[in-house]
Amino acid sequence: MRQGWPDWAKSPLIGFGAMIVLMAVIPLLSGQSPAATLGDGRLWLVLLVWAGAWLVNAWLAERARGRLSKAVVAAFFGLTLLLIWELVARLYAVPEVILPSPSRIAATFAANLGTLWIDFVQTFVKGALTGYVIGCAAAFLTAVLIDRSPFLQRGLLPIGNFVAALPIVGIAPILVMWFGFDWQSKAAVVVVMVFFPVLVNTVAGLSASEQMQRDLMATWNASYWQTLFKLRLPAAMPFIFNGLKIATTLALIGAIVAEFFGSPIKGMGFRISTEVGRLGLDMVWAEIAVAALAGSAFYGLVALIERRVTFWHPSQRH
Amino acid sequence: MRAALPILAVLAVIVALWYAATVWMNAPWVRDQAARAGQEVTTSQLVRETMSQERPVLPAPHQVIAELWKGVTGQAVTSKRSLVYHAWVTVSATLLGFAIGTGLGILLAVGIVHNRAMDLSVMPWAIASQTIPILAIAPMIIVVLNSVGVQGLIPKAIISAYLSFFPVVVGMVKGFRSPDRMQLDLLKTYNASQGQTFWKLRWPSSAPYLFASLKVAVAASLVGAIVGEMPTGAVAGLGARLLSGSYYGQTIQIWAALFMAAIVAAGLVFIVGGIERATLKRMGLVR
Repeated sequence: MRQGWPDWAKSPLIGFGAMIVLMAVIPLLSGQSPAATLGDGRLWLVLLVWAGAWLVNAWLAERARGRLSKAVVAAFFGLTLLLIWELVARLYAVPEVILPSPSRIAATFAANLGTLWIDFVQTFVKGALTGYVIGCAAAFLTAVLIDRSPFLQRGLLPIGNFVAALPIVGIAPILVMWFGFDWQSKAAVVVVMVFFPVLVNTVAGLSASEQMQRDLMATWNASYWQTLFKLRLPAAMPFIFNGLKIATTLALIGAIVAEFFGSPIKGMGFRISTEVGRLGLDMVWAEIAVAALAGSAFYGLVALIERRVTFWHPSQRH
Repeated sequence: MRAALPILAVLAVIVALWYAATVWMNAPWVRDQAARAGQEVTTSQLVRETMSQERPVLPAPHQVIAELWKGVTGQAVTSKRSLVYHAWVTVSATLLGFAIGTGLGILLAVGIVHNRAMDLSVMPWAIASQTIPILAIAPMIIVVLNSVGVQGLIPKAIISAYLSFFPVVVGMVKGFRSPDRMQLDLLKTYNASQGQTFWKLRWPSSAPYLFASLKVAVAASLVGAIVGEMPTGAVAGLGARLLSGSYYGQTIQIWAALFMAAIVAAGLVFIVGGIERATLKRMGLVR
């Protein structure tokens, strides 16, 4: 029979103890009496909720085996964070202009669905998605074109790698100046941002097939294009999708940040910067929720297509 | 030399294309001016005019280089007009944020590797958060911190830290898990404690992963610092130079700030790469 506390309960309990010690030590270090924090019922409530949720989570995690039960652990943790946020915002009456509570944000979200949808269409569908498609297509075609010339590859790849590390969002003000305030300039920023990651990954992918496989194609008298479509492109797909997945996040960032430099009176970036100026932080958080949902849904969609296309790849086997 | 030739050739093509684009994009303005003055412009005149405008649509490369040179050497580095001063403002926020983000990221990765509950509850969110355009909250962080009285370096550093945090967490969890079953079993037969296993096996084997994520993180930190400088109303820093250039149509100033940002980014990644090579060499991980 096991003695004392089970293993999974140790870290929550140690963490809880450490937080109580901190409650006493931090005021002492700043030269105040610890009585104020130790006598603060609100703080105790928050701490108890946190420690209780942590215990439950540790217990759940100990038993989680399948995919579904693991997802439950993650979801429970997310809900705990929201609950703590709500508690802190309510108990301490945090001003709305600093941190609105989740319930308040949800209410704002529900009340402004129309505005949020207009912003979503303007920034995501028109700006990010258009730019994403154009940029990825251009990068893919460029990669296939320079594929036949080792000289161009050796010249373009280091430059592509270099540019991929640069703060490309910085060209947003220039492109806004060239293409105007509407979505065209946002799409242009997105095109430039997604181009190099996709290019570099596609070129790397096109050289991923093995010499033996290419020799086999040669013995079958396959033409360059046959080898490309039947062997090298399928073999390149895991790399290409890696680039495409990186590009989803970049696309949304580019479209939102470009709107900080000028936009019509709609769009997620526009709404964020103006509502921040008016201290309407609940609306800002609602826009961020839209951005988070759109970002993860976009990524999830590309990952889903990847699973369909590269079902043969070891990383996709379960 | 062999490796440099293709790169130089491609660069030369890019510069040539840039000059062609300069002429093409700036020509309408020159023609317009000439038409107003009732003059005809010859081709050579047109080319010369397009490359010496004060507020061109696209400045010629040599104009940008000249502005960059003027910004770097034209005055004392402490002057508000000096690009070195603005670059330093940005870099100091970048480095502070990078240090905080990397430190916290490594700590969280240690917790995730050693605690199952943390692994299952935090890791999915760390991965999901990479698909979210975090940069969008930059203006809010700046303004909220401003309203509680925190200004200057710290808010920008927080954005930088936030951006560099997640790549480090994800990379380091992978790194700490990179030792295979056999190595972990060997340490178990030595009766090594969890701490010993960490310091003698997990930490050293995570080095390649650490540097790979550090390179991503330092570039992300710089982007965070630059974007963080925009909503404060353009006081100092490369982001502020970009924003004020865009307000006043000073295209040459924007391009010079962009080039400076590119140089800084390349420098930071180069430094991390240098430390990576030196460390991995001493550890015997690369020949």
